[in-house]
Amino acid sequence: MVSVLVCIKRVVDSSSEVVLTEDGQGVDGRYAGFTMSAHEECAVELAVQIAAATGGTATVLTLGDADAVEQLRAALAVGCTAAVHVVADAQTFGPSDVAREIAAVAGDHDLVLLGNDAADSGDFQVGIRLAYELGRPVVNGVSSVSVADGVVTAEGAGPDGHETYRVPLPAVVTVLEGGVEPRYPTVPGRMKAKKVPIDERRPTAEPVGPSRVRLLLPPPTASDVQILGKGADAAPAVVDLLEQLGVLAR
Amino acid sequence: MIVVLVETTPTGEAVEVSQEAITFARSLAAEGGGVPVDAVVVGEPSPDLAATLAAYGVRTVHALSGDAYASYAGAAWAAGLKGVRGSSVVVMAAGTPRGNEVMAHVAAREGVAMAANVLSFSGLSPFVVTRQVVGGGALEEMRLGDRPAVFTVAGHAVEAAPADAPGAAEVVVHTPEIAAADLVARVVSSEEPEPDLSGTLKSARVVVGAGRGAGSSEGFADLLELTELVGGSLGVSRVVTSLGWRPHHEQVGQTGSRISPDLYIPCGISGAIQHWAGCSSAKAILAINTDPDAPMVTKATYAVIGDLHEVVPAINAEIRRRRTA
Repeated sequence: MVSVLVCIKRVVDSSSEVVLTEDGQGVDGRYAGFTMSAHEECAVELAVQIAAATGGTATVLTLGDADAVEQLRAALAVGCTAAVHVVADAQTFGPSDVAREIAAVAGDHDLVLLGNDAADSGDFQVGIRLAYELGRPVVNGVSSVSVADGVVTAEGAGPDGHETYRVPLPAVVTVLEGGVEPRYPTVPGRMKAKKVPIDERRPTAEPVGPSRVRLLLPPPTASDVQILGKGADAAPAVVDLLEQLGVLAR
Repeated sequence: MIVVLVETTPTGEAVEVSQEAITFARSLAAEGGGVPVDAVVVGEPSPDLAATLAAYGVRTVHALSGDAYASYAGAAWAAGLKGVRGSSVVVMAAGTPRGNEVMAHVAAREGVAMAANVLSFSGLSPFVVTRQVVGGGALEEMRLGDRPAVFTVAGHAVEAAPADAPGAAEVVVHTPEIAAADLVARVVSSEEPEPDLSGTLKSARVVVGAGRGAGSSEGFADLLELTELVGGSLGVSRVVTSLGWRPHHEQVGQTGSRISPDLYIPCGISGAIQHWAGCSSAKAILAINTDPDAPMVTKATYAVIGDLHEVVPAINAEIRRRRTA
């Protein structure tokens, strides 16, 4: 009976153009919409699978404003059984602040799953900071996680091949996309998710903040693409280029 | 002193992004009045590695050795770094999965901030870095006022360049006592990747990319042939793996592999921000796309406007023709 806590973050769906807020402190999602990162979708799926396999529970947690309930409901709709909402302006919380707030909730849970990095801030560190807050081992950047007999087996791609870790519970694991296929919510799942009470909490301390000066957009670069041709007729020009670049053994 | 964690290949050479990180460190050192740059490697370095690091201007190579380093454990690497870094003002690494992980451990242990995937810095007082966020779709200026300043350098933020006046790097082997708690999360087994066209995606000189334009899982035959003809690796966009056409380990992008080949040939890939995050470090891009206004085409070095199912077979045929000519 493993009690899993899975942490998600409401982020702007930035698959097209990034628009910044007027104060340059955040990404404007009014037109793009919001989502959770692909890594976290997989973390949620793993949490639900581990809870099901062990007869345990999967609780989803987010730190964010009132609108972040949307992402909590999305996780509940695919099988999470409870939700905790630390109500705060996520933009004013740095990685250490977020780790501290998760730690305040995580003590009751055997396993904490997070995404490897947030899709917006790309900090690559909340899970590791959380592990130090809790005094637990942390496995980072794995794509499959299972639990048996109090031991977490986590696997993923390392620089030199497929790597396996085995750590005892309680533990922290950060998840990369790719090991599992996140399930789609069913209509009954969505209906059920609407009725689950959300455990609302306040932050335990004032945030230190993310050390951000400002956000800016990369300078636009004028296209200087060289068109080699159209359709199949371009093939000789392409092969000339491949030879010129030395990537084609003659 | 600036300390750079240097990652090595299975054959003991410094990976290119670590050489870039040292190059970045040298520019930072110069700005700081010529403070020395030291390297930390795991395992005893070969004479060739020591010579390479010396050529890049490294003063001392600190080698972490002993049973604790027989297999990877992020906390143990960070503990070893702590032991050798002394009073260094900067601890840094390349922005690889390992580099980001170990620097996060270092920052958490020291109680300082960490900046991932830094592109540049602007001045030392205050020390402000610019880094990639939102998958490279935006940049963040961030203050790093702590000592040590801990950060990783994004791949290809700078070009790796040996030092103008290198010296001889001294090698110092350390065998630190590592606490048992720092060895709990360690790799217990590591298997060679199965040999396939994606096995060398991150280190391939040429990557052939395929997106939704491939059309189906059966639509990859010509792309795989091109991959083979150029001796490259196949990389795909997220939609391809989401549709189940190809395995996830071939995915290029923000949540897949970040590649830096000499040439990337994206075929039928529009170039969404998340994909661009994974391929923008390619030295040259040859886009094949029906849409001349697709971001991947406008950002490319070269392009062919057309349907990949017509263009790629024609390229393959032309390569074969020239080989037999």
